[in-house]
Amino acid sequence: MEPFQNFSGIVAPLDRANIDTDAIIPKQFLKSIKRSGFGPYLFDEWRYLDHGEPDMDCSQRPLNSEFILNDPRFSAAQILLARENFGCGSSREHAPWALADFGFRVILAPSFADIFFNNCFKNGILPIQLEGALIGVLFEKASGIAPLRISVDLPAQLLTLDDGNQIPFTVDVGSKQRLIEGLDDIGLTLQQADAIREYEARRRIEAPWVFV
Amino acid sequence: MGSKTLYDKLWDAHVVRVDETGTALLYIDRQLIHEVTSPQAFEGLRLAGRQPWRTSANLAVPDHNVPTAQSERASGIADPVARIQVAALGTNCASFGITEFAMGDVRQGIVHVIGPEQGFTLPGSTIVCGDSHTSTHGAFGALAFGIGTSEVEHVLATQCLIQRPSKTMLISVDGELGAGVTAKDIVLAIIGAIGTAGGTGYVIEFGGTAIQALSIEGRMTVCNMTIEAGARAGLIAVDEKTIDYMRGRPLAPTGELFEQAAASWRTLVSDAGATFDRVVHLDAASIAPQVTWGTSPEMVLPIDGQVPDPAAEADPVKAAGIRNALNYMGLTAGQPLAEIAVDKVFIGSCTNSRIEDLRAAAAVAAGRKVSKNIKLALVVPGSGLVKAQAEAEGLDQIFTAAGFEWREPGCSMCLAMNADRLEAGERCASTSNRNFEGRQGQGGRTHLVSPAMAVAAAVTGHFVDVRAL
Ligand code: SF4
Repeated sequence: MEPFQNFSGIVAPLDRANIDTDAIIPKQFLKSIKRSGFGPYLFDEWRYLDHGEPDMDCSQRPLNSEFILNDPRFSAAQILLARENFGCGSSREHAPWALADFGFRVILAPSFADIFFNNCFKNGILPIQLEGALIGVLFEKASGIAPLRISVDLPAQLLTLDDGNQIPFTVDVGSKQRLIEGLDDIGLTLQQADAIREYEARRRIEAPWVFV
Repeated sequence: MGSKTLYDKLWDAHVVRVDETGTALLYIDRQLIHEVTSPQAFEGLRLAGRQPWRTSANLAVPDHNVPTAQSERASGIADPVARIQVAALGTNCASFGITEFAMGDVRQGIVHVIGPEQGFTLPGSTIVCGDSHTSTHGAFGALAFGIGTSEVEHVLATQCLIQRPSKTMLISVDGELGAGVTAKDIVLAIIGAIGTAGGTGYVIEFGGTAIQALSIEGRMTVCNMTIEAGARAGLIAVDEKTIDYMRGRPLAPTGELFEQAAASWRTLVSDAGATFDRVVHLDAASIAPQVTWGTSPEMVLPIDGQVPDPAAEADPVKAAGIRNALNYMGLTAGQPLAEIAVDKVFIGSCTNSRIEDLRAAAAVAAGRKVSKNIKLALVVPGSGLVKAQAEAEGLDQIFTAAGFEWREPGCSMCLAMNADRLEAGERCASTSNRNFEGRQGQGGRTHLVSPAMAVAAAVTGHFVDVRAL
C-alpha cells in the first residue's frame, strides 16, 4: 500500500444519511475478479441516468446533472463529506476500492458503519468521524459557490480549512501508523508467527474439537 | 473482575497477543468463503507466494451469483462475468486445497445456511466470512462477524485478525410472543427501536425469555439482522437447544469429543453479575407483525401502522430521509400499510430460507392461491438439503399448487446478482434483510417481512395482518 501523504483537497458534500455500500458500488460490478477499475462506477445509480453494467465505457453514458460528483467543481474532489452511518450494508471492499479509484482519500462523517470503516484503512483511505454539529457547519461551507478546500495533516491529526479554521481529529494509533508507513498488514502479522503457533498449540489442547 | 459477559469470554479465549495500544491479534477458528468477496484475496495470496495458514479452517460455497432456475443450472450460468467468478472460486479452492460445495452438490446453498447445517459453525468459536451477515452464526454463542476482502486474505494467510474490543449491548426481549409473530418481527422491531446505527461499535447479546423460547433457526434470524442494527456481531447464549442442534451434524465432533465440547459450550453464557455498556428492554407481547415502508431497515412499522409524514419529523436530516424514501418507494404519507399492493413476493435469503421458515410459509399458503396481481412469487430454499427436506415433507407441492415457483438454492432475489430481480417501480414483499434502494434490482421497491407475512401478501395481493387471514 502507498504511504498516506499529507495533502490539500476539495470537499464534495454528499448530503444524505445511511449511504450504503450498494449505493457506493452497485452489485453488478462485484462480479469482477479484479481489485481495480471501479472508479468510473462509483455511485453508479445516482451518477448516470442509464443502467450501468461491468465493462461499460462510462465516457459515453448520460450523466445525472443533479448528482454532486457531476458538478465540474467537484470532479477532482479528494475529500468526501457525508452524513450518519456512511458505508452501512454489505461488507464489500469494492466500496473503498471504488472511492479510492475515483480519487477520494479522506471521508468526513458523523458516523461510519464498522466494517466499511475498517476496510477504508486497508486501502489508504482515512475515515474521520466528527461531531454532527461540526459536520453541519462543513456542509454549509462546502455548499457555497466556491468549493471548500481542506488540508489534511495525518501525523498532527489536524484539518485546516481554507479560512484558517482548524479541526483536530482522532484516529486509532495502530491504524494511523499503518497508513503513514503504508505497511502490509499480513507481513506484520506474520512477524508474530511464533506467537500464533504457540496460541494454536494451546487451543488444540483446550478445544481439540475445533481442529477435527 | 470475576463476572464476564459472553462476549468477554469469547474474546479472551481468542486473544493471541495484545499490544501496548490495546489492539489485539485475534485467532480465527473458521472462515467461510463465497465467490464474490474472495477472488482478490486468493489473488493476493498468490502474488505474495503465500499458502493458507490452516487449510481445513476454511469452507467455500458459491451462492451470490448462482442461478436458481433448474434450466440455467443445467446449461451453465448465462451471465459470462458471473460464470467466470463462480469458476474462479472452484479453481482457487482446488489450487489451495480448500473444501468447496460446488453447484450441483446437495450441500450447496447460502453460506450462512450451510455453515450451521453442516456443523461447521461451532459454539465458542470465532467465525468470519467476507459477508456482513456472518453475524448469523452468533446464534450458537460464537463470535462471528463480516470482514472485507483484505481481511479474508489476512485470515487465509495468518488465521488471525487485528482487532480492538467492542462495546457490549444487551437487548433483552421478555414475555411471550403473540401467535403469528416471529423471530423476524422481533428483530425488525429491535431495529425500529434502536435504529440502523444503534449498534455501531457494539457487539449485541440478545437475551430474555422470548429469545430463549426461540428455536435455533429463529435465533439465527435474529442474529442475522444484527448488522442491520449497526453491530457487526450478535450473540445468543448456549443452552440445551444449541447442543441438541449440534449433535450429529456432519462436521461437528462426535462421541467422547462431542461430550467434552458440549461441557465447554455450556459455559458460554454471560455471568450473572456481568455488566454491559448499554441495556435495552423490549416487551415481546407488544410486538406485532412488522413491515418496512422505506429504504432503510429502521423504517419499519407494525402492519396496522401508516406511512409516516415527513412534515411531522422535527430533525431536518431525518425528514429529508423520509421524503427521499417516500419518493423512491412511491408511497404517500398517511397511507395505511395494509393498503399497499405488491407485485412480486420473495421467500428466501440467509434470514428466512431454512426449513422452519418454509414450513411457516407453507402453513399460510396451504389451500390458498397467489393473487392475480402478483407477477412472480418465488420460494428459494437456503440450501440443497433444505430443499430436499422440504420436498420430503411435501412443502414444494403446497407452494406450487398455490402458484409459487419452487427454485434451486442461492441468494437469488435478496440481492439480485443473478437473473432473479425486480424491474424499476416493482414492489416486493421480501423475507430478506435489506430494503436499500436498488437492492433487489434498480428502481425496485422492497418491503421486509416475515415468511408468513410474505405469503399473506402473496395470496391477498397486498400487505395484510397474517393473524387476520
Ligand atoms: S442471502 Fe442475501 S444477505 Fe444473505 S448472504 Fe446472500 S446476498 Fe447476502
